[in-house]
Amino acid sequence: MSKERIGVYVCHCGTNIAGVVDVEEVAQWAAGRLKDRGVVIARDYKFMCSSLGQEMIAKDIHELGLTRVVVAACSPHLHEQTFRTACKRGGLNPYLCELVSIREQVSWVHTNKIAATYKAEAVVSGGVERVLQQVPLEPLHVPIHPATLVVGGGIAGIQAALEIADAGYHVYLVEREPSIGGHMAQFDKTFPTLDCAACILTPKMVSIGTHPNVTMLTWSEVERVDGYVGNFTVTVRKKARYVNTELCTGCGICQEKCPKKVVDDIFEAGLGYRKAVYTPFPQAVPKFPVIDRDNCIYYEKGTCRACEKLCPTGAIEFNQKDEILTLQVGNIVLATGYDLFDPRRNPHYGYGRLANVFTSLEFERLSNAAGPTDGKLVLRDGITEPRTVGIIHCVGSRDRYFNNYCSAICCMQSLKFAHLLKEHTGATVYNFYIDMRTPAKAYDEFYQRVLSEGVLFVRGRVAEVTDAARLRGEEGKLIIQVEDTLAGKQRRIPVDMVVLAAGLQPRHDAKDVAKLFGISCSSDGWLTERHPKLDPVATMTEGIFIAGCVQGPKDIPASVAQGAAASARILGRIHQGEIALEPIRASVDADKCSGCRICNDLCPFNAITFHADRMVTEINPALCQGCGTCVAACPAAAISGTMFSNEQILAQIEGLLLLNLNPERAVTYASEAVAA
Amino acid sequence: MTSNPDGNPNGKPKFAMCWAASCGGCEIAVLNIHEKILDVDQNFEVVFWPVAMDAKYKDVEAMPDGSITLTLFNGSIRNDENEHMAHLLRRKSKILVAFGSCACEGCIPGLANFSTTQEIFDAAYAGISTDNPNGIRPQSAWDAPEGTLHLPKFYPVLKTLDQVVPVDYYMPGCPPESHQIGAVIDLVIQALHGEATLPPPGAVIGAGQSTVCDECPRARNVKKITHFARIQDALIDPALCLLEQGVLCNGIATRSGCTALCPKAGAACVGCYGPAEGVLDYGARLMTAVASVIDSTDPAEINRILDSLPDPAGAFYRFNLAGSLLRAGKAAWAADRVKA
Repeated sequence: MSKERIGVYVCHCGTNIAGVVDVEEVAQWAAGRLKDRGVVIARDYKFMCSSLGQEMIAKDIHELGLTRVVVAACSPHLHEQTFRTACKRGGLNPYLCELVSIREQVSWVHTNKIAATYKAEAVVSGGVERVLQQVPLEPLHVPIHPATLVVGGGIAGIQAALEIADAGYHVYLVEREPSIGGHMAQFDKTFPTLDCAACILTPKMVSIGTHPNVTMLTWSEVERVDGYVGNFTVTVRKKARYVNTELCTGCGICQEKCPKKVVDDIFEAGLGYRKAVYTPFPQAVPKFPVIDRDNCIYYEKGTCRACEKLCPTGAIEFNQKDEILTLQVGNIVLATGYDLFDPRRNPHYGYGRLANVFTSLEFERLSNAAGPTDGKLVLRDGITEPRTVGIIHCVGSRDRYFNNYCSAICCMQSLKFAHLLKEHTGATVYNFYIDMRTPAKAYDEFYQRVLSEGVLFVRGRVAEVTDAARLRGEEGKLIIQVEDTLAGKQRRIPVDMVVLAAGLQPRHDAKDVAKLFGISCSSDGWLTERHPKLDPVATMTEGIFIAGCVQGPKDIPASVAQGAAASARILGRIHQGEIALEPIRASVDADKCSGCRICNDLCPFNAITFHADRMVTEINPALCQGCGTCVAACPAAAISGTMFSNEQILAQIEGLLLLNLNPERAVTYASEAVAA
Repeated sequence: MTSNPDGNPNGKPKFAMCWAASCGGCEIAVLNIHEKILDVDQNFEVVFWPVAMDAKYKDVEAMPDGSITLTLFNGSIRNDENEHMAHLLRRKSKILVAFGSCACEGCIPGLANFSTTQEIFDAAYAGISTDNPNGIRPQSAWDAPEGTLHLPKFYPVLKTLDQVVPVDYYMPGCPPESHQIGAVIDLVIQALHGEATLPPPGAVIGAGQSTVCDECPRARNVKKITHFARIQDALIDPALCLLEQGVLCNGIATRSGCTALCPKAGAACVGCYGPAEGVLDYGARLMTAVASVIDSTDPAEINRILDSLPDPAGAFYRFNLAGSLLRAGKAAWAADRVKA
């Protein structure tokens, strides 16, 4: 006979559960058969999650002196918090409440009512055994440092940083490149409104640069993250610019006079040149240039120093060293963006081999008035306007050889290109698509507009782009070989220019970033959000948020929305001043731990520390998220997880197998021997 | 003797040791406590110890229930004779200790649980090294002209001692280390004199509370396994953790108490001291731990690394198969059901 007094509540969930499970029978069964296990009351109710259902629990706790509560209803994902709170209102520690699922795991997956009812009884029995092993827990309260780190200075990161800074809190914005702006700064027009990208972006960049609450750290990278939500210590390497930013006025003389031209692979996508001392683009924020040490003549040969001689303020400092900064922040936003799929990986499309095959980013630079051709849409020779252009969709996306996912932006981007080509050159434009995807506000209208402009659409995945002419009229052209699936025939379409709508990919180092910040990423490499629908900018690690394309391919409006959403979450935290963390944590029994170090590298949240002096491993409770990886890995069973201890799980299994209905336990003889 | 701590006015407390399915190493280990064996003799009356003295089963059967104070039972339950002795000694003993790995968790004989009786007999009574032209196999009864002969009946599934009778204490090891046996005997003697208290029933005695790594002097780093090596195939750094060098050392999951003899001597721990405190299934624990530190996320590469580990079941469950959650292979279990 248990000393605990347990209340069991079986939910009908309308007909969701009661349609398959005989809920009254389950309640009666629990009241009768589990009486010896401590069940003093078992009720069934239409909707346990309703106010009346919750009040019923609180009332029973008061009147019947319940010490444990088991609710048989939906998945803990939905209502665990609801019933814990109900118990708390009734004066019971919320962690003495157990929610077992008889909906997702019983009524929704079974049709045989009798068997389902038996199973529901077993599930309740397991819950009763488990709740008996539970102990009262208190949430951990940690203070929140009001400063925030934003990693990545693209549009998502800029938005997040501005929202927080405008609310009056300090933000550190770390950007790997010499200027903030990200991919958006490379674009000319934005779909579907054809706003000039720079016109809408640069005001935000200027705000960042001048905001009193923003410390902008460009040409910098995060090297180390320690601590936990509310109390992160972040180590940032501020790479040497070789330019004293106190003295530099951004006049640009150094860039003008630098004798070394370098192909700009990043900002100009390889289409243009920059100097060895450079700012990526005229509106760069900050305005200070950097010296590219790998290409600078002085660093190569020891002479030149033209920039130093000609700088009117003496700002060039060749002996500058990398600086290591240590930042204290409470929350972190990761907005590190995406890489473009490298179309060289698909040799059928000839990129890198056939001169007039361009990537989408190259086309963005061609069409940009500040770009290498001053906005002229021309072939690789720099002068010839194309008369026919083929835009190939889904390059590296929706392709089982590369990425299965849809890159989300390429359809609209290709429509934008088609429109710009029509507008600037009047060329014949073909779009080769698999499916057109134009789901957001005003997107499909833009599609209709481009259709009405006479752009041609061929449905089918392009097999090949070649310069090997076979038919008359193909000489000197690029020939696109495609199965037109609507016409039901193979076509060869000669064009002057091919634009590959390359897909978006996770940054090449996304997995390292995930590891550095102690969060997880999908097998593709996109960082994983806490919940794909209901918590899209939080991660499984408290205090780390994600925004923009780092989470998955998305367009500018969605990136901006995520940046703002992440900042809203963080501002809420900062206002509360502290955060209550779930006390579901792993801990190490130092007596059992032999310091074998199996667990040391397994924690996805960097919560595990090894103490070499004592040869034991320790878990930081504020960092631990209770995932259980180390608990399972520990060969000595020295690590246990609260709410998921061996005792709790084994008791639940015994309950599920109804072994608890036979309370006979093995009698030991030793107690008698010692007593004798 | 007028006063005896055992409350037995007729003599010293009684001691027994019994040998079931085992190799005999446990018996040697007890004798290996050297002059402490004299303490045993001084404090106990040895009433049954087939390897050391002459006594018959019927002598034990004639003893009053509960009259033996301490019985060290070594060996596992392979046949009905073993089971008979387990029940008999349980009834006659106040303190029944599962002594050594066979009694505690099945040990090497337990690995036979992967095979059927037929396969075990074929291995023992047929094959190239056996001269058995008539293909004779053991029988539990044989009619001879002089009458019927009986042999113990072989069980399809080997069991641990506590799978047939309740056990008071477990003393692991293959065999238990002599210094641990000496310490346990001292403890029991002190308890009999009221100078010490015995641990709670069900406890593991004569062993440590941690794992072999605790006693192992080899240097340890964060683990990353990129291959498995057999000790003879690799150049082993004598100062570095064996597991880090790809040698499957079971020390991480094995209860301490042996002073890490094997790893100190350059051989991998095979796990004879059994699971650490609170571990339900030794092999499963060990496997999860080792799997956790396989240094790859590529399925093909992981398979390649795992393929470099010969006989995983034998490596992970060498001592613990009969005592594990699964206990035996499916075929052996099926035969056991038929028997029951």
